[in-house]
Amino acid sequence: MSNIEKYNEVFKSTFNVDDTALNGDLAAGRTDKWDSITHLSLVTNIEDEFDIMMDSEDILEFRSYEVGKQILAKYDVKL
Amino acid sequence: MLEGKVCLITGTSKGIGRAIAQRFSEEGAIVYANARTEGSIDQWAAESSEKNSTRVIPVYFDVRDANAAKQAVMQIKKDHQRLDVLVNNAGMVSYELLGLINIENFREMMEVNVVSVIQLIQLATRLMGRQGGGSVINISSIVGDKGVKGQLAYSATKGAVISLTKSAAKELASQNIRVNALAPGMIDTERLRGIMEKSFSERISDIGMGRMGKPEEVADACVFLASDLSTYVTGQVLGVDGSIIL
Repeated sequence: MSNIEKYNEVFKSTFNVDDTALNGDLAAGRTDKWDSITHLSLVTNIEDEFDIMMDSEDILEFRSYEVGKQILAKYDVKL
Repeated sequence: MLEGKVCLITGTSKGIGRAIAQRFSEEGAIVYANARTEGSIDQWAAESSEKNSTRVIPVYFDVRDANAAKQAVMQIKKDHQRLDVLVNNAGMVSYELLGLINIENFREMMEVNVVSVIQLIQLATRLMGRQGGGSVINISSIVGDKGVKGQLAYSATKGAVISLTKSAAKELASQNIRVNALAPGMIDTERLRGIMEKSFSERISDIGMGRMGKPEEVADACVFLASDLSTYVTGQVLGVDGSIIL
């Protein structure tokens, strides 16, 4: 599985959505599905999938499907 | 009692932290012992590892350095894929009346005694949550609970440790992560003896048991909270103070 496929699978399982939801609207403040609990679950799942440990600032910034891609690049995860 | 448990303990160069690390290694724990000064605990760690047939691994970082703390936790994750116990012991102390509090010193003390504790709990519980549970033990102080003349600034930081312990316990209970605090009274350490030299005999008379506590007695209480003897204990502040009156 490629990195982008893994990334997408994490989002789909965390938020219980399908491929059609993987866009800019999957973001904190734009969907009820994104709350503190799912935010932290997402971070945990992403860290497990890519074997990384995010800095606190990045955890707080990780507020959308799109922004997450930029954040992962900081940890040498190319999507 | 701690056979095979992977434990990170901060501030182990001397005093209570050293006693906790020593006691944990005697109980079979794998101890990641933190200190600030590179090399300062290498010899003790090697001796303790051999004597107790376990591993005591020095990890050198300043607890205020969030990145260094993260690197240490990542190393533990790489070595063991788990962290069972975090003991937040590293701390600063000060003694001054209200009007003589140096606010910059106080800010620094808050960084060490409170902010760093929260940061380490954040890091450690990211591992603990994945493994189905763990134990966090924060070293507070009796003055954080009762207050005392001459230690307003210090008591503010240790009071914060008590409240953050209780809040973290409520937040993490669903993940089976226990968070408790120890509140030592007057414990016979180099640091305290040096400060109390002149008023030592007066302060002893405030203690019901008539003596200062030993670092080992705080360590014993810490072993209880780290062990499977306390699996239903969380959000508690356990005094280890010999019935002192402040």
